[in-house]
Amino acid sequence: MQKKTFRRGIHPLHSAHEGKTSTRNLEIRDYVSDTVIISMAMNIGAPAKPVVKKGDQVLVGQVIGEAQGFMSVPVHASVSGEVLAVEQIPSLGAGPQMAVTIKNDFADNWVELHPLGSVEHVDPAKVIPAIQAAGITGMGGASFPTHVKLTFGNGKTCDTIIVNGAECETHLTADYRLMLENSTRIVDGLRAVMRALNVNNGVIAIEDNKMEAVAAMQKAVQGREGVRVQVMRTKYPQGGEKQLIEAITGRQVPSGGLPIDVHAVVLNVGTCAAIADAVIDGKPLISRITTVTGAVRKPANLRLRIGTITEDIIGECGGYAETPGKIFFGGAMTGMCLPNDQMPIFKSTNGIVVFNEKESKSKDESPCIHCGRCVAACPIGLNPYQIKVAADKSDFEAAKKLHVMDCILCGSCAYMCPSRRWLTPSFKFAKDHIAAEAKAKQAAAKGGEQK
Amino acid sequence: MSLRISTAPHVHSPVTTQRLMLYVLIALLPAAAMGVYAFGFSALLVLGLACVSCVCAEFLWQKIARQPVRVGDLSALVTGLILGLNLPPTAPWWMVVIGSFFAIMIVKQLFGGLGDNFLNPALAARAVLLASWPVHMTHYVTPTFFKAGVDAVATATPLATKGASLMELFLGQIPGTIGEVSKAAILAGLLILLVTGTVRWRIPVILVASVFCWTWVLTGSPDAALMAILSGGVLFGAVFMATDYVTSPITNFAQIVYAFLAGLIIVLIRQYGSYPEGVTYGILLMNIASPLLDRFLPQRIYGYQKEVKKA
Repeated sequence: MQKKTFRRGIHPLHSAHEGKTSTRNLEIRDYVSDTVIISMAMNIGAPAKPVVKKGDQVLVGQVIGEAQGFMSVPVHASVSGEVLAVEQIPSLGAGPQMAVTIKNDFADNWVELHPLGSVEHVDPAKVIPAIQAAGITGMGGASFPTHVKLTFGNGKTCDTIIVNGAECETHLTADYRLMLENSTRIVDGLRAVMRALNVNNGVIAIEDNKMEAVAAMQKAVQGREGVRVQVMRTKYPQGGEKQLIEAITGRQVPSGGLPIDVHAVVLNVGTCAAIADAVIDGKPLISRITTVTGAVRKPANLRLRIGTITEDIIGECGGYAETPGKIFFGGAMTGMCLPNDQMPIFKSTNGIVVFNEKESKSKDESPCIHCGRCVAACPIGLNPYQIKVAADKSDFEAAKKLHVMDCILCGSCAYMCPSRRWLTPSFKFAKDHIAAEAKAKQAAAKGGEQK
Repeated sequence: MSLRISTAPHVHSPVTTQRLMLYVLIALLPAAAMGVYAFGFSALLVLGLACVSCVCAEFLWQKIARQPVRVGDLSALVTGLILGLNLPPTAPWWMVVIGSFFAIMIVKQLFGGLGDNFLNPALAARAVLLASWPVHMTHYVTPTFFKAGVDAVATATPLATKGASLMELFLGQIPGTIGEVSKAAILAGLLILLVTGTVRWRIPVILVASVFCWTWVLTGSPDAALMAILSGGVLFGAVFMATDYVTSPITNFAQIVYAFLAGLIIVLIRQYGSYPEGVTYGILLMNIASPLLDRFLPQRIYGYQKEVKKA
């Protein structure tokens, strides 16, 4: 089979097998902790509104946060027990957010479930509402509400659904293990979406450093309608939505547009499995698979309840092997740093990586030598060194002209830079600034209209 | 618990500026070794003096200007070695020192230091020395290879005499600057640069090919074309000077145009110019043009595809 890929890109931690060696052969195991803290702000869009109060008894799968509008999903209790608190907790990146703390009674009492039955026989119209009701968001890390992705109006059509099993990020093996151990569920989820959208082309994309997963998925797609496995070259960011779409369909998502503009939808393998759970069993999203690795004694792939606290998870993994210098959710290329280990996991937490003090040290920037490594790395084809000059001067107009808004913040340029320049942080700063400015302008224009 | 917080990425390639400079130094070693072997102790003195002067000049500037001292990035050492290799083995000591200080202080630091100079420091220094002391700079001697009883004989560059055989040119049995004497050693250096990923193949290969083709076109003789790429500083310039990161373009297409035009200018100067110094000026002129090439020949950016392919 011809392996597909995109232009440019990098091979991070190539000599260290992308940091995946210590967990790739570990089976997924369950871990349920004593207390969970479930954030109401786990999706892009509006946070959910808590509908329980301190002292309430809740069941597993019970709605504890209601969706606020279309661009929002409900939040469910991931354990049964007593609500200890409904209060604000710090979040990653945004300000404080509401969260519900539940003391686990370990009875595992579920709410009444309403399964829709086999994905091949379910009423297609019921699939997308079920996905929203189950609180499913993109589980590859972006946490975009899945039902929003699958709902498109004004004449837009979809002809290809791509399941993202690339797992190009470093350190993570959660998707890999899921593909090995639960391959049928992934195909079920994909089929449910294909039937809901009336699409007959489903492609499961997997990098060629995961040939065991390719074999498992190939077995699982046997006899399933319109579904095939596509082997991709191992290269970062192969699992980037835009990169996958171009590699598989030859089409480019237009600048500022969405995948559906080129008739494609990309879903993570974990999202597909969650969709299958929602349709077949009627179960909401209450757990996920997370790779815990780095400076912990017993690295693991764990099935964790949403809201499990990092400290408990590290404890389950034998504790810290060394003094931690940095802990982040996700892989090393795009992961978000934690302020401390009291942070609970979210629906999007695919990995917890602990770095020791040495690995956490950052180096000072040295001058740009124009070596062009950033340009050769950029999967979008930008000139990172030029954008950096503009962004550092806060010349956002110039940054915009250099297409900073097309940057996907994959970190490839910053990884390659021999002068260790803070390229990606500068671009994030510029992008956030430009987006905020545009939003303010829009709000001002709206205000003017109303008057 | 105190945790460090930073934005992603949290890992970096082990290749640093210092390591890249080290690769260049290693790649220069075969040429330096052959130069010393061919010309003897005087060549070693010139190389050593150029290296020491460049590093001292960089250190002094950064101290005087109260900048962080970045001698450790090895870039000044690279400039020194390249400048030394660009000089004849008979260069007087004061000329080497002046050249080094000019390269570092005027060409590199006055324009902002590493990464901001618009000319290759070593090459610009060579051009200045050539204009100032043309006699010293073109006082070439025949390699002696430490043979007893053979005296160094002053000769003109083979481009002026057209006397050497191709094999002599390739192996380094002809007069010239210290670095350009052995083409085999320069190619070994190119191999090191390519294998370590320090430079990409486009600039050196296309520059040499361009010189070959244009000479063939203008003289009508393939022998003359082969002679052109093996004599003088074409190969050394193509491998070690035209590929300087700071002063060469970045995008693939811009690199191709840069190397192609540099080759053309070299041939034009050699064929029609009043003296055989094409490589220096050919590359310097294209150095100046490289920011423009980068600007007008950008990469295609994702997301601006014209039509959507059918499924």
